[in-house]
Amino acid sequence: MTRPRTRVVGRPWAKVDAAAKVTGQTRFADDLSLPRMLHAKLLRSRRAHARLVRVDASRALAAPGVFAVATGADLPIAFGILPVSQDEHALCPDRVRFVGDPIAAVAAVNEDAADAALALIDVEYEDWKPIGSIEEAIAHPVPRIHDYGDLGNFHKLVSMEFGDVESGFLRADRIWDDIYFYEGNTHLPLEQHAALADFGPDGKLTLWSSTQTPHYVHRALAKVLEMPASRIRVIATPNGGGFGGKSDPFNHEIVVAHLSRVTRRPVKICLTREEVFYCHRGRHPTLMRVRTGARADGAITAMHFQTVLDGGAYGSYGVASTYYTGALQTVTYEVPAYRFDGARVFTNKPPCGPKRGHGTPQPRFAMEAQLDRIACDLGLDPADIRLAHLQPPDSLTANFLRIGSMGLGACIEKVVAASGWRERRGRMPPGRGLGLACSSYISGAGLPIYWNAMPQSGVQLKLDRSGGVTVFCGSTDIGQGSDSVLAYVVAEILGIDPFDIRVVTADTDLTPVDLGSYSSRVTLMTGNAALQAAERARDLLASAVSTQLDLPVLRLVFAGGRVFDAEDPGKGLAFAEAVVAAESKLGTLGTVGSYSPPPSAGRYRGAGVGPSPAYSYSAAVVEIEVDPESGIYSVPTIWIAHDVGKCINPVLVVGQVEGSVYMGLGEAMMEEMSYRSDVNGNVVHKFPSMLEYKSPTTMEMPDVVTFLIEDPDPNGPFGAKEVGQGPLLPIPPAVANAVYDAVGVRVDEVPITPEKILAALKSKAQGKAARFGPDRFPEIPYPEPVHIPTPAEGGDGRARDREATGAGGVRGAVAAKV
Amino acid sequence: MPGYEAESRVALRLTVNGQPEEIAFAPHKTLLEVLREDLGLTGTKHGCELGECGACAVLVDGRPVLSCLVLGLECGGRSVETVEGMAGPEGLHPLQKAFADLGAAQCGYCTPGILLAAQALIAGNPSPDLPQIRAALAGNICRCTGYVKIFEAVELAAAWMRGEDAAPRRESLYGTDFDESGLLPVLPSGPGEGGPR
Repeated sequence: MTRPRTRVVGRPWAKVDAAAKVTGQTRFADDLSLPRMLHAKLLRSRRAHARLVRVDASRALAAPGVFAVATGADLPIAFGILPVSQDEHALCPDRVRFVGDPIAAVAAVNEDAADAALALIDVEYEDWKPIGSIEEAIAHPVPRIHDYGDLGNFHKLVSMEFGDVESGFLRADRIWDDIYFYEGNTHLPLEQHAALADFGPDGKLTLWSSTQTPHYVHRALAKVLEMPASRIRVIATPNGGGFGGKSDPFNHEIVVAHLSRVTRRPVKICLTREEVFYCHRGRHPTLMRVRTGARADGAITAMHFQTVLDGGAYGSYGVASTYYTGALQTVTYEVPAYRFDGARVFTNKPPCGPKRGHGTPQPRFAMEAQLDRIACDLGLDPADIRLAHLQPPDSLTANFLRIGSMGLGACIEKVVAASGWRERRGRMPPGRGLGLACSSYISGAGLPIYWNAMPQSGVQLKLDRSGGVTVFCGSTDIGQGSDSVLAYVVAEILGIDPFDIRVVTADTDLTPVDLGSYSSRVTLMTGNAALQAAERARDLLASAVSTQLDLPVLRLVFAGGRVFDAEDPGKGLAFAEAVVAAESKLGTLGTVGSYSPPPSAGRYRGAGVGPSPAYSYSAAVVEIEVDPESGIYSVPTIWIAHDVGKCINPVLVVGQVEGSVYMGLGEAMMEEMSYRSDVNGNVVHKFPSMLEYKSPTTMEMPDVVTFLIEDPDPNGPFGAKEVGQGPLLPIPPAVANAVYDAVGVRVDEVPITPEKILAALKSKAQGKAARFGPDRFPEIPYPEPVHIPTPAEGGDGRARDREATGAGGVRGAVAAKV
Repeated sequence: MPGYEAESRVALRLTVNGQPEEIAFAPHKTLLEVLREDLGLTGTKHGCELGECGACAVLVDGRPVLSCLVLGLECGGRSVETVEGMAGPEGLHPLQKAFADLGAAQCGYCTPGILLAAQALIAGNPSPDLPQIRAALAGNICRCTGYVKIFEAVELAAAWMRGEDAAPRRESLYGTDFDESGLLPVLPSGPGEGGPR
C-alpha cells in the first residue's frame, strides 16, 4: 500500500476536547448531579468464600435518611460480559466468592447516611474453604467456586495443535524448555468508577457511567432489570482512564439503575479507591511453560506453549483472555508448527479480565525472554535472531491469522541503531546493560463479543446548511482521543477544520452502535466507518457543486474549507455554500458509514480469538543500571519504535507509545496485586490502596525515545493500525533481558524486583542456576489437542479430526450465539 | 423521613479564584468536598481521598495542598485557586495551552492537580529544569501519559511565561526521525483552535 497523502490526517493537532480537559470543564461521571439525587453505597463481603445464610436489610431500611435497600433477591438474573460466562449478579443472591463481592445496597439522602445504614445490614455467612492460588485451585476441585466450568475449579481448558509439532521438535538442533510467571496487576485508573441513574416519570431509564463499553452495559441493564432496551439510555461519560478496567458491565451500574427505579429519584454511586481494587478485571497472574525448538541459525521449528491463568472469582473476559495467552505467538517470527494448551482457574479473589494488552503481555514476556536465551545460547545477536526470521507481510500464520502490513524489521533497526546496541551491548561497565524485545498487537478483534452479523462500528453524519458538520458515533473516549479521530477523519475528507466539527459519542439514544473502547479497535473501526460516511457526504456535496459550477465531479477538491476546481482553484464555493447547494438539490443531508472486519481465515473452535483486520508491531531497547549489592536498579532510557501503519495524529500516537511504555515499565518493575490470608483464613488483598500498590511516579519514569514507523495497512483508515496497547508489550521482557546483559542472571518472573535479582545473583554465586523464577509447572488435565493443518501443510483453516463444522467453528468459543 | 435531621452547617468566608465567597457546609467536609459539592467547582478531581494520588491538588495562598486532606474549616479567610481560575478572558493559561498542544492531558483526570502543582513550581522558579519538574510533580500520579508529555509541556509553558518565543520540540510532536513525505500542505480554513503546527 502506498502512503496516502493527506492534509489534516497525519498532523499534530490538539485533541478536540483538549480545551475542556485542561480547564476542568470535562464532566466525568462523578461530576454530574441532579435535583433530588440520592447516593448509593454497597455492602461488600468480608468473606472470601461463603454461602449467604441470611441477609436482612430491614434495619437499614428504617435508618434515618434511607430511601431504599436492595439485596440479591431483588435482582436475581445473572449477567456477564461474555455470553458463555453469565456468572455475575448485581448483588450476590446466595454465595460470595471474594472479599469485596457486593451483597446489599442502600440509597440514602447522602453518602454518610448510606454508609451508616450499611452497618445495620445483618449478614450470616457459612464459610467455605477459600481458594487463593492456581495451585490450590488445582489441588481442590471441590468446593467448586462455580457450578459451571470445564472441570472442578478449572473454568476453561483448551488445547490446539497447528501442524506437526513433534516433527518440528525433531528438526530442531536444540530444544529450550523454560517456565515463567507473570504476576497479576491492575489498571489503577485515576478516576474511580462512578454511575448516575435516573428513572424518569416517562418510565425510561438513563444511566451515565464511566464505562468503556456503553453498548454492553445497555444489554446487561435490559437483561437484569427485565426492561426493553428501547427504554434504556446509556451514556458513557468521558473515562478518567480505562485501560480495560471499565470494559465489563458492573454491579454498581445495575444497582443504581434498580434503586432509581424503586425510589423514582436519581441515584448516584462513586466507588471508593478500595472498591476500585475489588472491581479489578486486571492482568491475570499466569504461569507458563514454553518449549521451543530452534535450528543453529535461530529459526524456530516448533513451539509448545502452555499457560494457566488465575482468573479470580468470575468469568469476565476470561475465556477470551485464556485464548489470547496462546493466540499471538505466531505473528512476529515464523513459527511453522505450534501447539497451545491453555487453562483458567477460578479463585476467591477479585476477578481478572482485560488489561491493556489483554492476555498477551504474559506470553510475550515468556517468549521474548526465552528468545533472548536462545540467541545467547546459540551465540547469536538477539536483534539478528529476530530480524532473520520475521513473519512475512501479507501472509497467513500457522494458526491462520492474516498478516497485512508488517513493519517489525524497520522497528528493530531503528531501536538498534539509536541505542547503540551493536557497539554497547555486552560491553558496558559492570551492572549496566541493554535488553531488546519485540511484540505485536491486534487492531481490533475480528469478532464481536456476542455473535451477530451487524457492523462493529457505525457513524452518522449530519450536515447543516450553516456549514456545520456533526459526527454521531457510539465510540467512547477514554482519553486515547477517539472523539478527535472521528473529527480528523471527517475533516480530511470534507476539507474542513476539525475544530469546526461537533462530535457526539457514546450515547445509546443518539449514536449508532460502536462496540466500545477495547481491543484497540476504535481508530481502525470507527475510523473506517467515519471515512465511509464522510466520503458519502462528500459525494452528495460534489454532485450539487458540480451542477452549480458546471464542473466534472472528478475535478473538485475539498480543502481549506472550500470546494473548488483543481485546475482553477479560484473557482469554487465555500464549504457552507456547498452544503446549501446540496441541501437545495437533495433535501436534508445526512449520511451513514459502518465497518465490519473481514472474515477470519481460521475455522476451528477457538479461532474467534486472534484474528484482526491489522497487526501493529513494536520493538524496544531498555537500558538498565543494576546495583549488584542490593539488586536495586533504575532504567535511564528506553528506545521504542512502533509500526502504527499511518498516524492519524502523530502527537497522540507518541503519547500512546509513551503511556504504554510507562504502564509496561510499571508492570515490569513493581506493580502487583498481592494477597494474604487474614486471621480467619480469608484471602484478602494485601493493600487495596494507591499508596501501597506501587506504580511509577515522575521519579522513576525514564527518558523515552520514540520512533513512529508508518507501514500502511490496506485495512486501516488511511493505513492506520493500533497504538494504544501494543507498545506496552515489549517492555517487561526487554527489562528482563537487560538485567541479564547487566548482571548475567535471568529473572523469569514479573515484576522483576530487586529481591528477585539478588536471589538470582546469590543462586549463581553458589554455583546453582543463574536465575530466579518458578521451578515447576503443575500437571494440568489439558484435553487432547484439536489438530489443525497449517497453511503450509495445505490446511483450509478447519480442524482435521473433529469439529469440521462451518459457522460454529468460525464463531469460536467466545462469540457463542445468544 | 423518620429520624432524619438535616446536617448542621457552618458558615465560612474565603476567596476562591479571586472571588470572595461565603458558604455554609457541614463542618466535617474536606476542602475537596466543599469545592465540588458546595461551590460546584467539579474541576478539582479525586482519585483516592486519602492523599495518595495528587488529583485533588489546589493552591491555598499560593501553595499546593491536597484538598482531600484539608478541612474546609481550615480555609477561612484564605485564598484558594482551582483549575477553573487558571484561564482568563485572554484565553488559556500558558500551562493549559501547552498541555493541550502536546497531548499532555490524555484522559484529563489528573490534569487539574498537575496544572496547579506546575503553576506553583513556576511561580517560585521560572526556569525549572527536568529534575526540578520531576520533583515538583512527584506527588501527582498520571496513569495515561507516562509523564513525558507533561514534562515537555511544563518546560514549554515556563518558556512562554518567561516571554520566550518557544515552540514544541519536533520529537514531541512526531517522534524521532519521522518521515513527513505523506503530508500535503495545510490550507488555512479560518481561525482554528488547536493546530496544526
